[in-house]
Amino acid sequence: MKHLLGIENLNKDQIMNILETAVHFNELNQRLIKKAPTLKGRTIINFFAEPSTRTRTSFEVAEKRLSADTYNIAVSGSAIQKGETLADTVLNLQAMGPDALVIRHSVSGIPQLLADIMDCSIINAGDGFREHPTQALLDAYTIWQKLGGFEGLKVALIGDIYHSRVARSNIYLLTKMGAHVSIAGPGTMIPKEVEKMGVTVEKLPKYAIQDADVVMMLRVQNERASNLLYPDIREYSRYFMLTPELLKLAKKDALVMHPGPANRGVEIDDVVMDGEQSVILQQVSNGVNVRMAVLYLLLGGSDK
Amino acid sequence: MKRESLNVKKVLIGETEITKIIDRMVYEMIEQFSQLENVAVIGIRTRGVVLAERLVRRIEEKENVKLMTGAVDIALYRDDFCKGLTSPKMGPSEINFNPEDYHIILVDDVMFTGRTVRAAIEAVMDYGRPKSIKFVALVDRGHRELPIHPDIVGKVIETGIDDKVAVFFKETDGEDKVVLG
Repeated sequence: MKHLLGIENLNKDQIMNILETAVHFNELNQRLIKKAPTLKGRTIINFFAEPSTRTRTSFEVAEKRLSADTYNIAVSGSAIQKGETLADTVLNLQAMGPDALVIRHSVSGIPQLLADIMDCSIINAGDGFREHPTQALLDAYTIWQKLGGFEGLKVALIGDIYHSRVARSNIYLLTKMGAHVSIAGPGTMIPKEVEKMGVTVEKLPKYAIQDADVVMMLRVQNERASNLLYPDIREYSRYFMLTPELLKLAKKDALVMHPGPANRGVEIDDVVMDGEQSVILQQVSNGVNVRMAVLYLLLGGSDK
Repeated sequence: MKRESLNVKKVLIGETEITKIIDRMVYEMIEQFSQLENVAVIGIRTRGVVLAERLVRRIEEKENVKLMTGAVDIALYRDDFCKGLTSPKMGPSEINFNPEDYHIILVDDVMFTGRTVRAAIEAVMDYGRPKSIKFVALVDRGHRELPIHPDIVGKVIETGIDDKVAVFFKETDGEDKVVLG
């Protein structure tokens, strides 16, 4: 495996290999000296053309713990603002000889384009509405650690499915691993023919959440014009926010997940977000392990 | 090394001899290391851990002591990480004590180029600065590429550089033997 462009093209064994490798970084991440020399002398560029706190920091922590040299580029402050095309920018970056490029971009399919024109490993850190593979992998890792497997689990995915790359990657991953995904959201936020991805579409969250093992909430993405897809934020909250009452419909001890950043009081109630069933911050910790595993597996060996 | 895909040319050491060799190593370890206080025995994954467990069990029985034990995985410390075919499969490292308080005895099944031992030393050092590090191996097959020498070796065997030497243990492989492939 040279690139990580999405979950769509991974098989079950490749997914399990990443999760099993991630387990071993747990120990390293709890040591006093959280560093191994594995990627010493390797160069990784983090190119985030969209805002990010969690993912960018998580990648950088993972890269540094494996001793790689890392460089961060944002669009503001880059030559893209001077009118250079993305292809030219990345070809110039390539001329500096990186071993991997971590890319986040608002246009779907950009990581694949970069994989076609560049020589280094491309890691997708979120592209448009398409995929966010490391998020789905860390979500899967969290579920696997907490519940021991995927087969037969019911996972409720609530919110703006249409604009959500997190949802898409999670649906690919969870259905491949044998879990059942039930989705619910405003009709305008449910993509046409989404059933073909192997999910069940419910009209209201209470049906999706009923007896679920995992309740995964999605962010209302106002920067992607989510606000045009529902009449009013209060109306959205009234029907689609995860409240303690709604959560009671899920299995006892069901996991509450959110990829962050969360809009408190919009898609998730404070009490639930900070409650005992919430594993939201553990998702973030696990993100470092999982990204270390991805880097470890993609950058090892000369035979790409 | 994948033991199932190994084309076995010759069995170099059989079960009875392995038992004798381990017995002798136990005596040598007691003789050389018994004056040391705070000894911790760390096996190098995978077969080094099995050998370390056997050595520790015997030393504890004979000397009526309790030794600190651990395991180290060298996947993150290999000097050929970018040169191999794929990333080596990782295993967990388990060093649940501060090495600064201990004399460490590293244990592996085969001593060859010395690169594994180097990586294991670096891995242990990442947990802290031990009082000293010793190295013990069941077989030494020669062809060193680094200035590293074992403190105790079960048996020295002559090999060609391209030969494969594999140790089988009952715990992991169903039988005790050392083979040439």
